Amino acid sequence: MSTETSSGTGPDRTEEMTIREAIRLALREELDRDDDVFVMGEDVGAFGGVYEVTGDLVEQFGEERVRDTPISEAGFMGAAVGAAATGTRPVVEIMFSDFIGVCSEQIINQMAKNRYMFGGKTEMPVTVRTTEGGGSGAASQHSGTIHTWFAHFPGVMAVAPATPASAKGLLKSAIRSDDPVIVFENKQIYEQKGEVPLDDDFTIPIGTASVEREGEDVTVVATQRMVGESLELAEELAGQTSVEVVDLRSLYPMDTETLVESVKKTGRLVIADESPLSYGTHAEVATRVMENAFYSLDAPIQRVGVADVHIPFSPALEEEVLPHGSDVEAAINRIV
Amino acid sequence: MVVLDIETEDGQREALRRMLTIRAFDTKAADLFSDGELPGFVHLYVGEEAVGVGACSALESDDYITSTHRGHGHCIAKGLDPDLMMAELFGKANGYCNGKGGSMHIADVDAGMLGANGIVGAGPPLATGAALTSHLKGEDTVALAFFGDGAVAQGQVHEAINLAATWDLPAVFLVENNQYGEATPVEKQHNVQNLSETAEAYNIPGFTVDGMDITAVYEAVKEARKRAADGEGPTFIEAETYRYHGHFEGDQQPYRTEEDVAIWKDRDAIETFKRRLVDAGTITEDEFDEMKAEIDQQIEDAVGKAKDAAYPDPSEAYEDMFNAAVPEISDFSSGMRADGGEDR
Ligand SMILES: Cc1ncc(C[n+]2csc(CCOP(=O)(O)OP(=O)(O)O)c2C)c(N)n1
Ligand SMILES: [Mg+2]
Repeated sequence: MSTETSSGTGPDRTEEMTIREAIRLALREELDRDDDVFVMGEDVGAFGGVYEVTGDLVEQFGEERVRDTPISEAGFMGAAVGAAATGTRPVVEIMFSDFIGVCSEQIINQMAKNRYMFGGKTEMPVTVRTTEGGGSGAASQHSGTIHTWFAHFPGVMAVAPATPASAKGLLKSAIRSDDPVIVFENKQIYEQKGEVPLDDDFTIPIGTASVEREGEDVTVVATQRMVGESLELAEELAGQTSVEVVDLRSLYPMDTETLVESVKKTGRLVIADESPLSYGTHAEVATRVMENAFYSLDAPIQRVGVADVHIPFSPALEEEVLPHGSDVEAAINRIV
Repeated sequence: MVVLDIETEDGQREALRRMLTIRAFDTKAADLFSDGELPGFVHLYVGEEAVGVGACSALESDDYITSTHRGHGHCIAKGLDPDLMMAELFGKANGYCNGKGGSMHIADVDAGMLGANGIVGAGPPLATGAALTSHLKGEDTVALAFFGDGAVAQGQVHEAINLAATWDLPAVFLVENNQYGEATPVEKQHNVQNLSETAEAYNIPGFTVDGMDITAVYEAVKEARKRAADGEGPTFIEAETYRYHGHFEGDQQPYRTEEDVAIWKDRDAIETFKRRLVDAGTITEDEFDEMKAEIDQQIEDAVGKAKDAAYPDPSEAYEDMFNAAVPEISDFSSGMRADGGEDR
């Protein structure tokens, strides 16, 4: 994507910051812009969030609007649904996506279904932020990548940023949306830096992918951490193999058109996402490409993800199961 | 519309009218169901009318309620239109949810009715959320959750009450203890004698009231509403009541005898309230009979209108998922539907 590097002035001004800072900036801007927006979750206030994402927001907006909750995911997720139906715009933090099971009822049967069941007579402007991903030795209950569950489930939108700019732009779109959106933040890339537009109306439409690097020989559709690793790989391979890297970034709705355009050009596709492989996000991307660009494919589609195992604790084992740029490279080598 | 305030004589007659409307509506629903005219399941409120109407008469019209799978009574008590409810039961386009919700999901958010709910225990967190909106926006609305004795065993109900209590939110938690969760009697589901004892755990007031006495329910909720609106937090009220019908229509009810039911029918809430109003001279026997006949006719008419109403167009199945348009759904609708869609 195009990032204006110089700071300068005016609406195109950007600043280099981390994904964590970009998320906090989005929250700050939206809390500032709309009094109906409030943030709630465990230790999001004075403590600043376990991954320090909410940081100092409570100092600016107070404890009412940056609201610490008891450890009651079902209770406050449900409260977010009830609050959204009655005129506020909650932004809920679920500390680890692995915990989402305890409040899934409110997500799947209330947040996702009420609008439809009520014949469109309610809006559901809830944003859920949650963390995903292995790589920190946190073991199986704090390392999962579960976004496929909710990208699959009708009635919720799901996004997964890979860059600071998309972290800001997607979260702002989520908060402004009248529909429920879950933002899946990979915790390994919170420190990743990039240029972020400072315009406080900068948003990225949900449902759009982004071609992060153009190439001719193979398309890598990646998400979250795998976007950065694929870009590094593309740089390394430059001269031998021309790799196009597409950041999927919106899991549902999905920008089929951008994926299909890319594969029509390159004829080859690798899908890199940290989900378990079976029935994963990969499968959905692959199917859409098959449905729309079958005759452009010159080789079988390749998937890079986690085998159907949980994320183990020991560094030796964790390293083994997590996908990396080297796995993307191996996949490219199988088909190019 | 007549205001439902049972401290006035007009309000008392209106409360009686709503209780009768609930009974007529749900008795009719039972007949329609057994005649095979209604799809799905229906859970009826017959016998419990004093709880819904007593509670809603203590609320202001812009207060919120959350409901349960047994929600028709809450809807009527909150002032929803039986015509549009009946249309919804038939799955018709003009129903409250355009036919998408049915008996278990009737909602009218603008009227403060946040939805009947097919998930036992899911309503209280929503009420806590509506109370949170009120708190954050500095409004003076209150949210009341109706839920069953069975729901009291649900974790999310506990979480919702604890949140509202900890944050002093303007909420009221009203348990309709109709003595059973499906087929299991309340004493086999809980270790406390009265469900209201659980209030102690949240350090909020808890009361058990006679749910067959509309005045008792009204007074308890009135007091709870006042506390809530004054910023003193939620109250937990248990109303002891009874459902005359099975858990759902078709339930053979092996778990109770006709004598068990008769004991409660002897204390029928409508009969009791009517007696009280007749004795006070608020209504005469003749006026009562007239009112009842009028309501029976109104429900008959509602059925007639619902039967005559149109079903939603099949394409409506693809509407209302999101506020924003989603290509996944519109593309399917236009290209891959069973009827071939627009393209074929
Ligand atoms: C989470 C959940 N579990 C089980 C059910 C099935 N179910 C529907 S109603 C019901 C009994 C509910 O009892 P109670 O809360 O006392 O309400 P009542 O039916 O007596 O009004 C059950 C178990 C459900 N709908 N939701
Ligand atoms: Mg019960």
